[in-house]
Amino acid sequence: MAKIRVETTINGDAAEFLCAGHQSLLEVLRDDLGMTGTKEGCTTGDCGACSVVVDGRLVPSCLVLAAEAEGRAVDTIEGVADGQKLTPVQQQFLEHGALQCGICTPGFIVAAEKLLEKNPDPTEEEARYYLAGNLCRCTGYDKIIKAVLDAAAVMREEPA
Amino acid sequence: MSAAPDNTTDTTDTTDTTGKSERKFKQIGSRPIRHDGLDKVTGRARFGADYTLPGALQGVFVRSPHAHAKILSIDTSKAEKVPGVKAVITAEDLPELPMTWVSQGPAGVDVGANQRVILAREKVLYHGHAFAAVAATTREAAIEAGELIDVEWEVLPPVLSIGAALADDAPILHEGQMTEGAGPPVEGDTNITNQIVFEGGDLDAGFSEADIVVEGVFETEMVHQGYIEPHACLVNAREDDTVEIWCATQGAFGVKGEVATLTGSDPQTIKVTPTEIGGGFGGKIPVYLEPAATILSRKAGRPVKMTMTREEVFRGTGPTSGSKMWVKLGAKSDGTIVAADCRLDFEAGCFRGSPVGAACMTTLSPYKIPNFRLLGRDIVVNKPRVAAYRAPGAPIGSFAAESLIDDLAKKLGRDPIDLRLQNAVEEGDRAKYGPAFGPIGFKQVLEAAKAHPQYKAELRENQGRGVAAGFWFNAGMQSSATVSVSQDGSAVVRTGNPDIGGSRASMALMCAEELGIDVIRVRPMVGDTDSVGYCDVTGGSRVTYATGMAVIDATRQVIDHLRARAATIWNVELDSVEWQDGNAVAVNGSSDISSDKGSLSLEEIAKKMGATGGPIVASASVSPPAAGPAFGVHLCDVEVDPETGVTRVLRYTVVQDAGKAIHPTFVEGQYQGGAAQGIGWALNEAYLWDEEGKVENASFLDYRVPVASDLPMIDTMIVEVPNPLHPYGVRGVGETPIVPPLATVANAMCAATGVRFHALPMSPPVVLEALENAD
Repeated sequence: MAKIRVETTINGDAAEFLCAGHQSLLEVLRDDLGMTGTKEGCTTGDCGACSVVVDGRLVPSCLVLAAEAEGRAVDTIEGVADGQKLTPVQQQFLEHGALQCGICTPGFIVAAEKLLEKNPDPTEEEARYYLAGNLCRCTGYDKIIKAVLDAAAVMREEPA
Repeated sequence: MSAAPDNTTDTTDTTDTTGKSERKFKQIGSRPIRHDGLDKVTGRARFGADYTLPGALQGVFVRSPHAHAKILSIDTSKAEKVPGVKAVITAEDLPELPMTWVSQGPAGVDVGANQRVILAREKVLYHGHAFAAVAATTREAAIEAGELIDVEWEVLPPVLSIGAALADDAPILHEGQMTEGAGPPVEGDTNITNQIVFEGGDLDAGFSEADIVVEGVFETEMVHQGYIEPHACLVNAREDDTVEIWCATQGAFGVKGEVATLTGSDPQTIKVTPTEIGGGFGGKIPVYLEPAATILSRKAGRPVKMTMTREEVFRGTGPTSGSKMWVKLGAKSDGTIVAADCRLDFEAGCFRGSPVGAACMTTLSPYKIPNFRLLGRDIVVNKPRVAAYRAPGAPIGSFAAESLIDDLAKKLGRDPIDLRLQNAVEEGDRAKYGPAFGPIGFKQVLEAAKAHPQYKAELRENQGRGVAAGFWFNAGMQSSATVSVSQDGSAVVRTGNPDIGGSRASMALMCAEELGIDVIRVRPMVGDTDSVGYCDVTGGSRVTYATGMAVIDATRQVIDHLRARAATIWNVELDSVEWQDGNAVAVNGSSDISSDKGSLSLEEIAKKMGATGGPIVASASVSPPAAGPAFGVHLCDVEVDPETGVTRVLRYTVVQDAGKAIHPTFVEGQYQGGAAQGIGWALNEAYLWDEEGKVENASFLDYRVPVASDLPMIDTMIVEVPNPLHPYGVRGVGETPIVPPLATVANAMCAATGVRFHALPMSPPVVLEALENAD
C-alpha cells in the first residue's frame, strides 16, 4: 500500500514522514519518529496520556490520523521545556511530587500548559474539569491540581 | 539546572504520638525533588513500551472468543503463511508443567496454572484467555495471522458468579478438583479449591453474651488495578541461548524466575532489565507477555516486542476478586464487641489463588473480639485469574466488617470512632491469625481522626459523614543494596526494586542521612538482574522498609570503611575515629593525630581512596520475616443527590500511621492515591459481564476510574508510631490506604440517606433504586 508523505512542524522544527492512511499521529510520533515522551494508555481517547497540541488545540494523538498533521504545527512534551529551562508547570510538578509512576505526567503537563495559556488564573474547579480527560491512577489528583494552581501563580508572578 | 532539590523540612502535618524522638534527623522527613523526576516531566523517562531493537518483530496474543471451552485442536498452518509472520506458538511450544498448588503461608503458587494463564492448554477458561501468540514484521500482519488460526472448540457453559459456581449442577472448571484446607467437607469435584478457617474463643458463648447482634450479606464485583501503562516487554533471545528482557514489572527477579520456569530455560541465561513502570498496584507482579515473547523470539530468531492494548489489559490481566460475604457481629450494650462470625467467598478467577486468606486475616484483626470464626472460600469462575491489588483482599473484607461496625454504633447510639477506640487492638493483643501485635498506632490514628477539623465540619441536607478503619500487615521479604563512594565524595545507591512511586528518593534520603551529605550528592539507581543483588518485588509496602534497611546497613558499612581510611591517614586506631555529619572526626584525646584539622570530610577521604586501600563499596542484604502493620482511619463527607442518585465526595481525610515518613510528600501521595482508588471502587468501578462471560466494559470509557473532577482535595495526616524493626521506625505505607475507603464511603452514604448499601459499586442507578425501595 502506498504511503502518504506528510510535511509538518513538530515542536517548531520542520519534519516530514511517510505513514499509512490508518496510522495515528501517536503511532508515528512514537514508533517512526522516536518521540516516546508521548505515552499510549488506551488508543481510544479516554486516558489523555498521549495529549499533544495540534495547531493550538489540545488533542489525544491516538485519535488524530498521522496524515492530518500535514501542514499543521504539532507540539509534544519534548518541546515543552525551553532548552535547559523547565516551565513553571514542570517545575511545580517536581516541587509538589505531583507524580508517582510518571506515565501520565507528560500528558498532564501538555494539558496543563494549554489550560494556563487559555486561563492564567483557573479556580480549582476549572483546573479539575479541564484536566478531567487525563487519567492518573497513582496520585488521587490532589498534588497535580496543587502543582497546576501554583504554576499559574508563578506564571502570574504571584507568590505560590 | 533549575530542578534543584528543596530540602526544606516541612513535616508540619506529622504527629509523633510517642512524644519522644530517639534520633534527630537532618534529612529524613524532608521533601527533596525525586532524582528521576526531571526525566519524567520532560518525557525522557523510558517505560516498557519505549524500548525497541533493530529488526524487532511485533508480537500479539490470540485470545479466546469463549469463556469456557475445551480446545480439541489448533491448526496454525494458515497463520504461518501470512506474509511477514515469523513465528506462531501455542501451549505446545512450552514444556508442560502439571498443575500443583504449593502453599506459601496464606497464599501459594501453582506454576502449571501460571503457564496456562500465559497460553491455555487443555481448555480456555475465560473470554479473552490467550491460546496462541504470533510474531510478525508488523502488528497488522500478526493480528491477521491470529484470525486465521483454526481452533476446534467444545464450548462449555460458563460459570460467571459465586452462586453459579456453588450450584449443585455447576459446570466444573477443573475436573478432579477437590476442596483443600479446613472447614466443612465438600463432596466430589467442586469449584471450591480451598477453605481457610481462623477461629478463637467460644463463638456460641460469645453470641449468647451479646445484647445486640448485627449481620449482613455484602457483595463486591471484580475491579481492575487500572494502571495507566499497558503491559509491555521487549525480548531478545540470542544465538547463544541467552535471553535479554526489558519490561515494565514490579520485580525483575520475579520475571527472570518465572520466564525460566515457564519456558523451561536455565535461569542463568536470562537477564531482565526493569524499565520505568507506569503503575502496577500488584497487577505487574505476575508475568503475561514475557514467556510468550521469549518463545516467539527463539522461534523467529529476532527480537520480539509485545504490548497489550487497553482492552487486553482489562480482559486478560488483573483484576481482584469479586466476593459474597456474610458477617455477623455481637456486642454488649456497653459497646464491647464479644463475637464475630464471617464467611467470605471470593472469586479466584479461573485458577485458585484469590486473596481470601489475607481477607480473613485482616477483616476482624483491628478489634479485640475474643470469640470469632472466619471461614474463607476460594472459588473458581470463568473470569480472568486474579492478581494482587493493593492490600489484596483487605478492602473487600473490611467493607463488610466496617459497615456492620457502623450499624452497631448507630444501634448503640455511640460515636463510631469511640466505639472503635473501645474495641481497638493495641500492643500485645493477638491478631486473628495468631501473632501478637508489636507497637502499633491504631488508637493514636483513631484519636487523631477524631480531632481532625473534618470530623466537626457542618453537614447540610442530603450530606453525610462516614468513618472506617483498616490495616495491612506489610511485608519484609528479601532485599539487597550496594552503596559506593565516588571519587568526588558523592555516593551511588543501587537496588533491584523498580521505582513505582518515588522510592529512589527514599533510598537516597536514607543513604544521605547516614553519610551526612546532601541528598543531591547521592545518586540512586535501579539495576538489572545482572547488576544488583537479589530483590523481591516492589510490592507489599516493603521497599522503603526492607530495601531501605539494606541501604542503611550498606551505608553504615561504607562509613566503617571511611573511618578506617581516616584512621590510616591519621595513623591512629579505628576506635579513635567517629563519623559525624559527613566527616571523620578524631576522638579519644587525639594528641597523636597529625592532621591539624582533627577532621576529614567525605570528599577529602574520597580523594585519597586510591592511596588508602582502593575504592569504597559495600553491600548488604536483609530478609526480615515481619514488618510493622500500618493502621489507617478515613473520614469521608458525601452528598447524595436524591433525584439522580449521584454521590459527590465533598471532603476526604486519610489518617495513617507511617512509623516514620522518610519523604512525607510521597507518603501523602500513597495515602491520597489509595483513597482515590478506593473511592472509585466504592462508587463506580466494576467489571460488567454479558451472559457469555465477555467483559462488556473493557475500556476506560466504560470502566470509569475517578477523574480529577470527581474528587476533592484529599487531606492527609501522618501519624508516626515507630516500627522497632526498622532503624528509623519505618512501616510500609502503600497498601493500607485502600483498605478503609469502601466502607468509609458506604458509611457516609448511609448517614446521608439512611440506607445501608450492601453491594458495590454504589453507582447512581443502584442508589436511586435503593432510595426508591426505602421510601
